[in-house]
Amino acid sequence: MGLLKKMLVMAAVSTALVANVAHAENKKIALVVKALGIGFFDAANKGAQEAAKELGDVDIIYTGPTDTTAEGQIEVINSLVAQKVDAIAISANDKDALVPALKKAMERGIKVISWDSGVAPEGRMMHLNPSSNPLIGNMCVKMAADNLPEGGDVAILSAAATATNQNTWIEEMKKVLPNYKGINIVATVYGDDKTDKSYTEAQGLMKAYPNLKAIIAPTSVGIVAAAQAVEDAGMTGKINVTGLGLPSEMAGHVKSGASKSFAIWNPIDLGYAATMISYNLVTGKEEAKPGAELSMGRMGKVKLDDKNEGAMADPFVYDAKNVEEFAKIF
Amino acid sequence: MSAPSTRGETRLVPDRLQGRAERLLKSWEALLLAVAIAIFALNVWSSPYFLDPWNLSDATFNFTEKGLIAFALALVIVSGEIDLSVAAILALSSTLMGLAMSHGAGTPEIVAIGLLTGLACGAINGMLVSGLGLPSIVVTIGTMSLFRGIAFIILGDKAFTGYPVDFAWFGQGYVWWVFSFELLLFVVAAILFAVLLHATSFGRMVYAIGNNAVAAQFSGIRVERVKFLLFLLSGLMSGLAAVCLTSRLGSTRPSIATGWELEAVTMAVLGGINILGGSGRIGGVVLAALIMGMVTFGFGLLNVPGIVMSIFVGLLLILVIALPKLIGRLGRAKRKA
Repeated sequence: MGLLKKMLVMAAVSTALVANVAHAENKKIALVVKALGIGFFDAANKGAQEAAKELGDVDIIYTGPTDTTAEGQIEVINSLVAQKVDAIAISANDKDALVPALKKAMERGIKVISWDSGVAPEGRMMHLNPSSNPLIGNMCVKMAADNLPEGGDVAILSAAATATNQNTWIEEMKKVLPNYKGINIVATVYGDDKTDKSYTEAQGLMKAYPNLKAIIAPTSVGIVAAAQAVEDAGMTGKINVTGLGLPSEMAGHVKSGASKSFAIWNPIDLGYAATMISYNLVTGKEEAKPGAELSMGRMGKVKLDDKNEGAMADPFVYDAKNVEEFAKIF
Repeated sequence: MSAPSTRGETRLVPDRLQGRAERLLKSWEALLLAVAIAIFALNVWSSPYFLDPWNLSDATFNFTEKGLIAFALALVIVSGEIDLSVAAILALSSTLMGLAMSHGAGTPEIVAIGLLTGLACGAINGMLVSGLGLPSIVVTIGTMSLFRGIAFIILGDKAFTGYPVDFAWFGQGYVWWVFSFELLLFVVAAILFAVLLHATSFGRMVYAIGNNAVAAQFSGIRVERVKFLLFLLSGLMSGLAAVCLTSRLGSTRPSIATGWELEAVTMAVLGGINILGGSGRIGGVVLAALIMGMVTFGFGLLNVPGIVMSIFVGLLLILVIALPKLIGRLGRAKRKA
């Protein structure tokens, strides 16, 4: 009996947690993220909500698995297909493993796009890159090099070894390296987007490479952990942590000097643009095909290349001058 | 000489403490069945999308592969051992299947390699545990890193894609209407494992070893050999799960099935398999698999964040384990009063 009662209480709690009670006539657009509880994706949801408000007849379902696994995302996709949502806009944990599940979604009439971290072309209608990969890779190295006029050893602290976007950016970083004299990438380590593991990996880097001058972490979890590790080791000023991070999480570390600058596109804009594109595909107003220009509301238009991919905007650099202002936003 | 007070009185000595019906009613499976029905009813009540044959069919994929692993793991746990390397075996099997595919192997070869890799990994675990007499928790934590490590060395940050079209049937095919091949496999495996554990002398040996390995040894059971076979079986089922999952995902990455060992253990323990060995039934594991699958799917339909699901499953686990103890204590307190 006690069990049954508790179950009912649980059910009541879970029903109360359901944020979106959908209206039948509203378009249901699901924003699926790598994992819930990550500041970057919460900000993207803010943008999606903004777009929904602007459009009027849209309900946003903001969801994702607990861990950044493909299997978890497939479970989420299956339940979205079951709910007969109109569109799925996903940031993928694995560009290949999601393909069968997303293909099935498309077969049942759901519009599927990927954003941030892409899905292989056969598993989505188009992919919205936050920026272009070469520009991001270049920006990461540039931010490290700007503070190292003499050059020096640089290490990369990435997310999971399988993360699609991080791997692409690291490739691009290595491509532009010859343009920055004296900058050596000595190691690439993986913190799996977990704070504790990233922190330990950063400590390991400092121990293994005594001449280390900068850590580039192209992940919002890794960069904070690395900055904290540098501060705790008393290496502030000697090792500069840079890469991609969230202003609200990095403001303290910019203030302390552990990070001189970092970059990110605006996740609010990204969630907003993904929602706008999904909506236009659902209403049939626009079609995702090579060469098409899809409108993204206040973000202008995105032109699709031959793989149905498009870039939203350039990455934006944050430093001591502007980080406080943006920290309030996301 | 017996005491005069008892002379002439008849005393009833029951040959079992509870009747068959009562025992069945108070059993773990009955409790789980009640929970499963309650969750099913809650799901029907809370979402209009739940009672749809295709939706329910999609939902079965949430537990079929994990269930296959949990059945074999249940036997290992009943024998008083544990196998934490199951997910890593799955990853290595999947990786070697991908490697074979990239060298031009067809579907039968790919499946064979998946199963054989599972068997080989199970044999390594079995040899270390029963051959060298090492504690299985240490051995399988070690092989967990070892097997997945090899998968990472082979693949790095790359993926195997482009499996043959007919290979997709194992994880995406349907036998009849909404009944998938994986679901059929799950049902067949459940029956086979139930027979093995509950209706064969091998099954009774597993219980005997789990209750008292030394006594089992002295009564003529070849304890080490049984344990070796159990690890072999656990490896084989992990290989089978690898075939299904790889086919369903249509690709392999070394991070495949991360964390599944804990989900499989959860399934077994929730199913009433005593984590210390010696007791538990396959029927319970089947129900636990259904419960976990329905909770995941039901909460997914309501778009409840995954972390709430984890909390719920955690609570459910603690609750179901604590309940019999609490009832026992309450009963004792009542008798005292």
